[in-house]
Amino acid sequence: MSLALDSKVPAGPIADKWENHKFNVRLVNPANKRKFRIIIVGSGLAGASAASTLGELGYEVDLFTFHDTPRRAHSIAAQGGINAAKNYHNDGDSVYRLFYDTVKGGDFRSREANVHRLAEVSLNIIDQATAQGVPFAREYGGLLDNRSFGGAQVSRTFYARGATGQQLLLGAYSALMRQVETGKVKLHTRSEMLDIVTKDGRAVGVVVRDLVDGTVSSHSAHAVVLATGGYSNVFYLSTNAMASNVTAAWRAHRRGAAFANPCFTQIHPTCIPASDEFQSKLTLMSESLRNDGRIWVPKNPDETRTAGQIPQEDRDYYLERIYPAFGNLVPRDVASRASKRMVDSGRGVGPLKNGVYLDFASAIDRDGRPAIEDRYSNLFEMYNRITDEDPYSEPMRIYPAPHYTMGGLWVDYNLMTTVPGLYAIGEANFSDHGANRLGASALMQGLADGYFVLPYTIGDYLADYLNTDPVPADDPAFTEVERDVSDRVNGYLSANGTRSVDWFHKELGKIMLDQCGMSRSEPGLQKALSDIPALHEEFRSDIRVLGSGESLNQSLERAQRVDDFFELAQAMCVDALDREESCGGHFREEHQTDEGEALRDDENHSYVSAWEWTGDAGAPELNKESLEFEYVHLTTRSYK
Amino acid sequence: MKVNLQVWRQEGPEAAGAFKTYEVDKISEEMSFLEMLDILNEQLVNKGEEPIAFDHDCREGICGTCGVMINGQPHGPQLGTATCQLHMRKFDDGATLVVEPWRATGFPLVRDLIVDRSAFDRIIEGGGYISVDTGSAPDANLTPIPKMVADTAFDAAACIGCGACVAACPNGAANLFTAAKISHLNLLPQGQAERWSRTENMVEIMEEYFGSCTNHGECEKACPKSISIDFIAMMNSDYVKAKFKNRRLVAQS
Repeated sequence: MSLALDSKVPAGPIADKWENHKFNVRLVNPANKRKFRIIIVGSGLAGASAASTLGELGYEVDLFTFHDTPRRAHSIAAQGGINAAKNYHNDGDSVYRLFYDTVKGGDFRSREANVHRLAEVSLNIIDQATAQGVPFAREYGGLLDNRSFGGAQVSRTFYARGATGQQLLLGAYSALMRQVETGKVKLHTRSEMLDIVTKDGRAVGVVVRDLVDGTVSSHSAHAVVLATGGYSNVFYLSTNAMASNVTAAWRAHRRGAAFANPCFTQIHPTCIPASDEFQSKLTLMSESLRNDGRIWVPKNPDETRTAGQIPQEDRDYYLERIYPAFGNLVPRDVASRASKRMVDSGRGVGPLKNGVYLDFASAIDRDGRPAIEDRYSNLFEMYNRITDEDPYSEPMRIYPAPHYTMGGLWVDYNLMTTVPGLYAIGEANFSDHGANRLGASALMQGLADGYFVLPYTIGDYLADYLNTDPVPADDPAFTEVERDVSDRVNGYLSANGTRSVDWFHKELGKIMLDQCGMSRSEPGLQKALSDIPALHEEFRSDIRVLGSGESLNQSLERAQRVDDFFELAQAMCVDALDREESCGGHFREEHQTDEGEALRDDENHSYVSAWEWTGDAGAPELNKESLEFEYVHLTTRSYK
Repeated sequence: MKVNLQVWRQEGPEAAGAFKTYEVDKISEEMSFLEMLDILNEQLVNKGEEPIAFDHDCREGICGTCGVMINGQPHGPQLGTATCQLHMRKFDDGATLVVEPWRATGFPLVRDLIVDRSAFDRIIEGGGYISVDTGSAPDANLTPIPKMVADTAFDAAACIGCGACVAACPNGAANLFTAAKISHLNLLPQGQAERWSRTENMVEIMEEYFGSCTNHGECEKACPKSISIDFIAMMNSDYVKAKFKNRRLVAQS
């Protein structure tokens, strides 16, 4: 262990920590804020909310995104909702309960203080979004509606039909564009960050490539914030957007930022199963569907009848059977593994027998079709467009797919990585979800970090640099990194091999899905750790990227992203091997109960694994931050 | 199944463009239109020809990144569906498909099927927001909003900013996009304080970049979110009022 991992969690009772911390951190006075430049990379919920808020406060912000407009970021695809402990429905919710549920749902691998803060600011997020004009669902009296969501026993999820992420992102984007108009935020679209620049151990700027004309340029600032999302696309087939990638975070890792818990990935239980080998991505069906849909498979593996013809006694509503208390609403990891066991046992449904049924017949009988349409019509339409089947008359087919990554850059309580001046917010960091994220918590965390946490904590770092200029962008520290970036770009173009980027990406994805997906074992991970470097070697020498680096070249963009996925994949496997326990989304076959449930080992693994880059992707160095649970007592999660 | 494609290829904004013909064979009906293009691109790379550049990202119809003209229809033949959710089962085996970028003066071409839609961002900068600094919001339930109002605001807010409305319009007008953005905020109580300045600013920025609306209604049909042109009427009505109100407010100050 060579890193000093200081989580900087403030002392005091959990409910007072954030309040005290806000008072204790140093402030930058309003007149001085304009003297600081901050670079933000990524324009999703976390990036857009941080950029707009920092702009409002008076900082000079540069925002980089590889999209053509900030509103495209993948936060937009979140369907189900956003949690907040408003207790508008008088059903026993509270900040403490949201905190408790999130720590427990994360299978006791998150930091209590961060999670409590998240629950506290959840209240402000709903107020802020509503004031921005986010059209949340309302009841007939005009007040906000809520629903319950996977893993929760209270109704605390706010939603906007099946497009909550879109509406929240458009809210954050509108706030951002207001700052662009004032000139406080400078927007750089179709600009991809390809490296971090450090000097004297601090982050001082970034190197970006203009995706239209290929120009590589340097940008300096007092602090750099990465809001670059998660890395589920390492699996190739995931619910992430095609361009979602790990490059920004991984380049930061290579420049000294520790990468925490890379093996904590979430497989979402309700996605549409793959239909053929050419499938480019998987489509998620909001987990809110589990509120009204019942999941089942035929009892007989050789069942040939259609769903409607199978009588009740020949159906196995396995979640209701195994987990009577939570039924179809068990947390994502539990639901996903149960579906996998059903399909693995040969009882899968659909032409490829690779799914399970999600059936709305009972709900339609109970509440009537109009009520179901009101709740889910856009999801049902989406399902119909993709599969050509009508979920009102026959059950949906669903299967788990990689969806979200709890792991990410290690950050302290201030959201700063192990590189001073470099921050990571939203899905790009590791901090709040432990080993499993609860539904409707990703939007909450992205906006919490951007609107209400980073704007307070970043001043504490900047205060030291008042009246100093950023390192000039023509400093040797920058020119050196610019040269690295250009060399890398030229490397792909000159390899002149025989196989496309996508071919390699698919092969890598297969290895990862098989060996480091929903279930992992020592032999499998060892095999992956020998297969991945071999494939990576082949990638380097045999890749074919046509065209030039001086114009828009999508294969070239993908090549560098896939290159970084190869290294990340190895870190994930190393991490999964080290973690000799099953917790949350990380399931080691060696560590399970007789009934096939996850078996945690708190004695030996109650820590955050913060991996340090050593130059060898297959041999990073492990640093541990031990986790203490003062408030939520360690228990085995039971949803029975 | 098999399709014949005529695809617009153009290396850059200044280069000359032309249609190129490709045949894509052995594709499945379950494939999406963009997956079919992926396969074609894979074949092109194997042959040593540069792949076709096209914008796309979420592939679930919500990010608004994708969009091409297919046989003269923005996003192709299926109503209320973005290009990424269009599946090959909607076409006949052996069909000829003409694939072009959005054609509109307001959307300069970048490469092949990719255009520059940043003029939309300029319109939003002009007032597509409610000015509320982070932290200054009152409790979310302070102002009840009738469900019907909230639902209608959502109908407008569903816009994904893809630009199909502009591509469909014979005049290259962006009225449906602008009206959707304006109406979403103008319908809500929170949006009233800036209603008239927002409307005037956004409409006038729109007119700098895009053509004028002459009520063809093609935009509504092309919209992957089926946004109604009623919102254009609402915008026009607010614009006329704004012209009076903004002056009166100035006169009062």
